[in-house]
Amino acid sequence: MKFKILILTLFLAHSSLQAQEYFPDNKGVKAKNNNYMVFENAKIHVDPNTIIENGMFAVRNGKITAIGKSIVVPENSIRIDLKGKEVYPSFIDIYSEFGIKEPTRAGNENGEPQYEANREGYYWNDHIRPENKAIEHFSFNKEEAEKLHKNGFGVVNTHVADGIIRGSGILVALKPEGTEGERIISDRSAQYLSFEKSNQSRQLYPTSIMGAMALLRQTYLDASWYAQGKSKNKDLALEALNRNKDLVQIFKTDDLLDELRADKVGDDSGVQYVIFGSGNEFEKLDEIKNTNATIIVPLNFPEAYDLEDPFMANYVSLQDMKRWNQAPTNLKMLAQKGIPFVLTTHNLKDEKKFKPNLLKAVEYGLDKKAALAALTTTPAKIIGQENKLGVLKEGAWANFLITSGDFFDKETVLYENWVLGERAMLENMNVVDLRGTYSLKVDENQYELKISGKPNDPKAEVKLGDKKIKSKLSYDDTWINLLLSSPDSTKTEFTRLQAKVTSKSDEISGKAILNNGSETTFTAVKTKPAADDSDKKEKEIKVFEVLPVTFPNMAYGNTSLPKQENILFKNATVWTNTEQGILENTDVLISNGKISAIGKDLNAGNTRVIDATGKHLTAGIIDEHSHLAASAINESGHNSTAEVTMEDVIDPNDINIYRNLAGGVTTIQLLHGSANPIGGRSAILKLKWGAPAQDMIFKEAPKFIKFALGENVKQSNRSSANRFPQTRMGVEQVFIDYFGRAKQYEQEKKNDKNFRKDLEMETLVEILNGERYVSSHSYVQSEINMLMKVAEAFDFRINTFTHILEGYKVADKMKEHGVGASTFSDWWAYKYEVKDAIPYNAAIMYDAGLTVAINSDDSEMSRRLNQEAAKTVKYGGVPEEEAWKFVTLNPAKLMHIEQYVGSVQTGRDADVVLWSGHPLSIYTKAEKTLIEGAVYFDLEKDKAMREEIELQKNLLTGQMLSAKNGGEKTRPVSPKEEQHIHCNTLEIH
Amino acid sequence: MKIFRTTILMLLISITGNITAQQTPAPKQTEAVTIVGAKAHLGNGEVIENSLIIFENGKITHVMDALTTKMQYRGEIINAEGKHVYPGFIAPNSTLGLVEIAAVRATDDEDEIGEMLPHLRSLIAYNAESKIVESMRPNGVLIGQITPRGGTISGTSSIVQFDAWNWEDAAIKKDDGLHINWPNSFTRGRWWLGEERGMKPNKEYADQVLKLSQFFNNSKAFLAGKQIDIHLPFKAMETVFTGQKKVYIHVNGEKEILDAIQFKKDQNLNEMVLVGAYDAYKVTDKLKDNNIAVLAQRPHLTPSNDGDHYDASYKLAKTLSDAGILVGLEGSGQMETMNTRNLPFYAGTVAAHGMDKEDALKLITSNTAKILGIDEFVGTLEGGKDATLFISEGDALDMRGNRIIKAFIQGREVSLETHQTELYQRYSNKYKSQKKK
Repeated sequence: MKFKILILTLFLAHSSLQAQEYFPDNKGVKAKNNNYMVFENAKIHVDPNTIIENGMFAVRNGKITAIGKSIVVPENSIRIDLKGKEVYPSFIDIYSEFGIKEPTRAGNENGEPQYEANREGYYWNDHIRPENKAIEHFSFNKEEAEKLHKNGFGVVNTHVADGIIRGSGILVALKPEGTEGERIISDRSAQYLSFEKSNQSRQLYPTSIMGAMALLRQTYLDASWYAQGKSKNKDLALEALNRNKDLVQIFKTDDLLDELRADKVGDDSGVQYVIFGSGNEFEKLDEIKNTNATIIVPLNFPEAYDLEDPFMANYVSLQDMKRWNQAPTNLKMLAQKGIPFVLTTHNLKDEKKFKPNLLKAVEYGLDKKAALAALTTTPAKIIGQENKLGVLKEGAWANFLITSGDFFDKETVLYENWVLGERAMLENMNVVDLRGTYSLKVDENQYELKISGKPNDPKAEVKLGDKKIKSKLSYDDTWINLLLSSPDSTKTEFTRLQAKVTSKSDEISGKAILNNGSETTFTAVKTKPAADDSDKKEKEIKVFEVLPVTFPNMAYGNTSLPKQENILFKNATVWTNTEQGILENTDVLISNGKISAIGKDLNAGNTRVIDATGKHLTAGIIDEHSHLAASAINESGHNSTAEVTMEDVIDPNDINIYRNLAGGVTTIQLLHGSANPIGGRSAILKLKWGAPAQDMIFKEAPKFIKFALGENVKQSNRSSANRFPQTRMGVEQVFIDYFGRAKQYEQEKKNDKNFRKDLEMETLVEILNGERYVSSHSYVQSEINMLMKVAEAFDFRINTFTHILEGYKVADKMKEHGVGASTFSDWWAYKYEVKDAIPYNAAIMYDAGLTVAINSDDSEMSRRLNQEAAKTVKYGGVPEEEAWKFVTLNPAKLMHIEQYVGSVQTGRDADVVLWSGHPLSIYTKAEKTLIEGAVYFDLEKDKAMREEIELQKNLLTGQMLSAKNGGEKTRPVSPKEEQHIHCNTLEIH
Repeated sequence: MKIFRTTILMLLISITGNITAQQTPAPKQTEAVTIVGAKAHLGNGEVIENSLIIFENGKITHVMDALTTKMQYRGEIINAEGKHVYPGFIAPNSTLGLVEIAAVRATDDEDEIGEMLPHLRSLIAYNAESKIVESMRPNGVLIGQITPRGGTISGTSSIVQFDAWNWEDAAIKKDDGLHINWPNSFTRGRWWLGEERGMKPNKEYADQVLKLSQFFNNSKAFLAGKQIDIHLPFKAMETVFTGQKKVYIHVNGEKEILDAIQFKKDQNLNEMVLVGAYDAYKVTDKLKDNNIAVLAQRPHLTPSNDGDHYDASYKLAKTLSDAGILVGLEGSGQMETMNTRNLPFYAGTVAAHGMDKEDALKLITSNTAKILGIDEFVGTLEGGKDATLFISEGDALDMRGNRIIKAFIQGREVSLETHQTELYQRYSNKYKSQKKK
């Protein structure tokens, strides 16, 4: 406490205390300081685009009162000469956790998953915490503030980084001394959000990004509904969310795809977020531009990998290597694209890297003005403080930096960081530059003294004749202390020199204390000025050749997206999947993305001709059950999650997209997993490798949802057993319950204008009304039959049973119900419910007249689905032409897209594959795979890409080795793990 | 086509009869069998377009060109014109019979606790009556090396044929191999202890390799002594050092493979086989110089790294084979047990990506037999070898042709009936009777 008072006293001695003017004072007399401080002769950067050479400004009570080439200097002014120095507005970090204590993590006493919320009186989900106020968790952290001062920051926008909606943040000035009352510029500065759950609750939902997205959408809907006063209960969270609407909304992400997802949620809910980004925005600039968001970019670049061990080099992906190579250009590219961005020190493990990284970005092409704007005017504007912060003008807070020169020069020293008119002293700007060579005379000896290094931190070299003398120089404030060893290095004898230097002079003189303790004087006379290049030996920033961005920006990415071509395939064996059957020696013309003609001896005109003699041309393979290209599979937090959609979590960077194209696959249904009876909505995709996620969506495809039955939904293979249902009996009741409620909901919606819109119920109503199709994961006959009966009771039909391994036992009932079947060719015995699975399943169901498809549920199997179809010829003797339809036309029918894909006939999308031979033969390879007339896989091009990947990896390996040699910090290699994703994959790492 | 399908169905029904329980192992061959007219794929790279094959008392006596011989047909004569005959396919490094339903722990006997377990013997846990084992035969897979999983030294494998009353009858080579999971130079971050997720360099790698060497050295020392104290793991190493038990190193990375080669030299091992061996193509010279054979990982796997060739797994066996290395195919990995029946298609896939078809056949017949050390009696269609072979309607490496009509193990005609064909028949009949009404 005493310490605090002491500080306060010191503070009083040199500064004002206007914020507390109405506070009683029992420690002395009331003292009010209304003096001006006038800074003059400085180069003033008013804002990134305006400079006053040799200007001046006055500061009083924390604010700038006047600024200009020349201003009226009031009588009660203290004048500070800044000749040769530059003044900048100090920086603003709008994404910070400064001064906030991390909330304690909730424990898990019984080890069971928790489905309910901890809190009462708030929203049903603990991860929605808009009522959270950073102001209640804030205390000024001096140490952290000092680090920020050193990097030039004067103001931070801080918040409690906990939960999906995290509540309001505060805007804090990093005033070194004073009270919180002075520092807090705004106690409600912005609202923060993220896709990360709160540490303070173990409530399970949401377990996935798509769950978090659905939760956000529902929360916004609920907040509007609540605002109408319709709720019967008090909800402090929704009330707070409605209150916080007026704030800037800052969304934290840590992945490029999540940035786009955050924006998607915002678009759906009428909110424009400011997005905390990944630093990889350069990979998808167009998409980032389309978000219209300002991006908060962490000034952090990936470290090079340590590749000295060549074995290790094998395991680094080209993507990770390229990101290291390209990331320093990110800011430049954002600026060039006209995407507004600001910079943050968040995510920076070592805060000392801030300036080197900033300079690196400039070195890689970032315009200095843009850099300055990203640290000053742009963040100020985001938080509505553009007249008060980030700019030096009359009425603005006196938040400024005094530097020795251009901030973006490596040698520039940041002397002082003023916040609210108070100085944080970083380096003494009045230090006398001692550097140079002196003739030093002590006692009887004539030494040569060379002083080099930085003005504030000089180093000494001393010689006596040719002999080097050990010495130590310290220079603090205005005092020099120089310790000289004895010329006889066997003796521990020292001579100490001391002098006070107050102004620049060619002669230094002071007191010398000899080793025997006797005092005398010394003089040092400058003989040579400091060598100019003394500091230039330090390593320069290395600018490496930057590789072009590809789509996706990884191995096998294209420098530009494949374009539609007009192509004539000559003389192929064409599997039409129509009444025409298999046509020999036939030409197929592709134009404008469609199949435009099929026949003999078609006229090529100007189109590219591909000789397909001896080869087979078919429709592209369609996989009804896929988990390719997904960042999440299961939302397992609830037993029904109809509100989530796979369209939210498409991962366009999954290398398996490319590999599947190499297996002739063109369309997939990306299904939700099987963690719950009512799963999420599907995404039906065309495998347009390199295209933005949303462009992969099959536009004409109808809506689908995944259901699941059996072991996975009753969690048979998990240790916990506290979620309903745990039996097949329970599974039935889940469906009856939800559909019963959906009917009620629909009624309510018709009768009540102000009904509460429920995204889950909306989806179920679509199913009841035949507007959304169900594809249900299913194994044993009892449950298959059950689901059909439930559907019939609610007057709708199940569209597809997927997996359906006991479909052969109830094929007759399935036929009657009118459901299709999408099954594995030969998988079985991996769990109890598939002990009766037989490879003849498809054949029996086909015989029974069902529409049958063969699916994969596995990104390895899917790339040879043609072989899986062929197995139905082996097991059960399905005719080959029909077997081929199992992976083309029939899944198209099941997905209601057969008028676009699945067959080779005029007018259909040109989604075709050229095979080296009979498509059902194991000896056949896909040679070309086209989607809408664009060639997405080409065996020849693949070969060229392999070489290119080798070349690029070699180049980047060289760069990384060179970076390491140059002293850059490196990180150990961390290979990506191939994760095989199936329905029951709960988490993707 | 329709006719063909009906035939198959009829065939199945006629074979099945009324058997509903486990299929019964076939009795010893009493009468000679002559197969005439088939295209014989000998398994050593050779083909006889129109062959004559005779076997008697469980052994092949004649394999010759039917057109150029006046050999008397003997015993039962099977006209196999237009069909194909193959030696029984051999599945090395398999968990068949050790696990029935992967998700049901009670049925899983493949992985014991502990690190150095040479004394564990897969053979005695092998379930000769497994419903998965019987499903191998209709695809031509007739022999398997039953191999434990887990630990550093997983245990000792044995080789069995797939038509037997019990493990003792099934064994064709007992305790044939010692299986070592070579340490990995990467390790997974233990996120539950607060470490970062994902892979990171394994700091204990060298130590783990050293432990393995020490175990070998200690075993040698123990065996050289009086062996007063009982030590089952050391004792089980005896046949490794005498050369009766081959050493199988399950390993994938380049560095690890090179270290394993050094281990072979240091330990003075006569023979060593690599299993999996994803990176083996990078060190083919060293493998050849050290006379090391490879059981290449199953081709139906996605490549390990983003930048790897999409067909990396498809072509591995060919690349190794072209470099002069003795290669077979193994099938471990996800869902490996039931998928073992796809072994012929693994070979077919290698052929699709450049290997000659008869050479691809060697990957699951003669090469594997050589690697496992059972080529004296199985692996090819040659006089003096076991009559473990089958007749297929078509090319057995292609699912379009792989339709097994008859299969013989040691001359015994084995049932092609399985739990799965029974269900097929049962439900086909159900719908047929519905149609009649």
